[in-house]
Amino acid sequence: MAESTSLRRAMAWPGQYRMLVMMWIRSSLAYPASFALTLVSTMLITGTDFVAVVLMFSHIESFGGFSLGEMGLLYGTASMTLGLADLATGSIERIGQRIRTGELDVWLIRPVPAFIQAVADNFALRRLGRPFQAGLVLVIALGHIELDWTVAKGIVLVVSMLTGSIIFGAIFVLGAAFQFISIDSAELANSFTYGGQQLTQYPLSIFGKDIVRAVTFIVPLAFVNYYPVLFVLGKPAPLGLPSWIGLLAPAVAVAMIALASVAWRGGLRRYRSTGS
Amino acid sequence: MEVYWAIAVRSFRRFSTYRIATLSGAFTNTVFGFIFCGVYLTLWHTRPGLGGYDVSDALTFVWLQQGLLAPVGIFGATTTVELGERVRTGEIAVDLYRPTHLMLWWLSVDAGRAVFQLLARGGAPLIVGALVFDLNFPSSPMQWLAVAVAVALGILVSFGIRYLVALSGFWITDSRGVESMALVLSLFFSGAILPLVVFPGWIGEVARATPWAATLQVPIDVWLGRNPGGVGSALAFQLVWIVVLGLAGRMATVLATRKVVIQGG
Repeated sequence: MAESTSLRRAMAWPGQYRMLVMMWIRSSLAYPASFALTLVSTMLITGTDFVAVVLMFSHIESFGGFSLGEMGLLYGTASMTLGLADLATGSIERIGQRIRTGELDVWLIRPVPAFIQAVADNFALRRLGRPFQAGLVLVIALGHIELDWTVAKGIVLVVSMLTGSIIFGAIFVLGAAFQFISIDSAELANSFTYGGQQLTQYPLSIFGKDIVRAVTFIVPLAFVNYYPVLFVLGKPAPLGLPSWIGLLAPAVAVAMIALASVAWRGGLRRYRSTGS
Repeated sequence: MEVYWAIAVRSFRRFSTYRIATLSGAFTNTVFGFIFCGVYLTLWHTRPGLGGYDVSDALTFVWLQQGLLAPVGIFGATTTVELGERVRTGEIAVDLYRPTHLMLWWLSVDAGRAVFQLLARGGAPLIVGALVFDLNFPSSPMQWLAVAVAVALGILVSFGIRYLVALSGFWITDSRGVESMALVLSLFFSGAILPLVVFPGWIGEVARATPWAATLQVPIDVWLGRNPGGVGSALAFQLVWIVVLGLAGRMATVLATRKVVIQGG
């Protein structure tokens, strides 16, 4: 019986998440002009990174063995996955503030899991700006790459967007869980999320073998987009790794979910209210 | 004058209480520094001498840039964002009530913040970078002095821009749209995404003439000794923008003060 109750509870999560998110979307659409302006400026702000790459290519033909079109594919997948993760879970990085102000106590007594409230908190639809912009770059890039497309490559590319978003999302949650230990460390997680996006928009091999090892075996950022893209482009993997290593991305995503879930639960269990 | 000094000191103290936030900020700057170094090493390896920089100029640029982002306020700064919020919520009425000049008050607040962040965050990435890479340092006391002046002027230019952005809330109800457009311009034209010396053709010429160039690119070039017209013209360029932005800020303050209607009581 206990099992069926917890299952029934879990079934309610997507609905609860949707309800909270819709509330925030309605509130942000209350001022449509202001929303449109922030959406456009989010696209521009996040797009400046790729503009930098395009400007670099006014001086060079290829970057670390990648053409501009191929760089677009790397950039687009990195920015798309971070953008989707940020949209769905990014709000969780404000947990430190919630702990300090005591609002987390309020979340804990509501009949919705604190995690769902934390990821839906202040849900910002304007964050769609990054995925929009990344999608635009992707479409243009795919038009400039000459490639023998197969069904397998198409599937790997699409699946990698999903698994990459999950990996980034898990890192957001891990960063938030760490704030239970160190309340002011929100910016620390940025090194791995926004820093991770900055890193994975370039061919990782240019950073040297140690970095490639670190982002393969320690913080598995290489599975977000680099290995899947290498597979799609038919380029060899570094470190003598097999070319099919990109196919392991779903397994890495599952492992990251497990890790993030343990960390979040541990953090929440450790939480002692500020007591005000 | 005393009151402005007192405000700056208190602002400095306020920011010095965010220790872990400062530390994790410096850590993030350092991580980004390594990423940019990887990118610029590849770029300058393919095109040695690009934009008049050699490899160690490019790497030094990265670490100076990462150290200066927060003090100069390239992404905006807590102080001027707060000013924008006060305009939005109407709390600005309290500021206007004080027997002090609005712009000087907030300049003092921002100066306290900038000096703290410069001391706490400015050097850390540079030290880490210098341990790993071969970086360039100013060679004479005169050059050190020029760097100090250029950084201070860069912060003033940045404040001038951010002050105008925050005050835009007097005319448009929500200044956040303007804030994010200002962020786009700041990222693009300050040298935060790519050194302006690498910008090709007319885009480069336009970028190097904007006030944003005076906030980050110019002070870094003074450090590297790479200003096209020498240090004197670089500092003059910054001063011109400070005068322009200062006058614009003063005008905006006067107009905004006239516009304010305080209700209730």
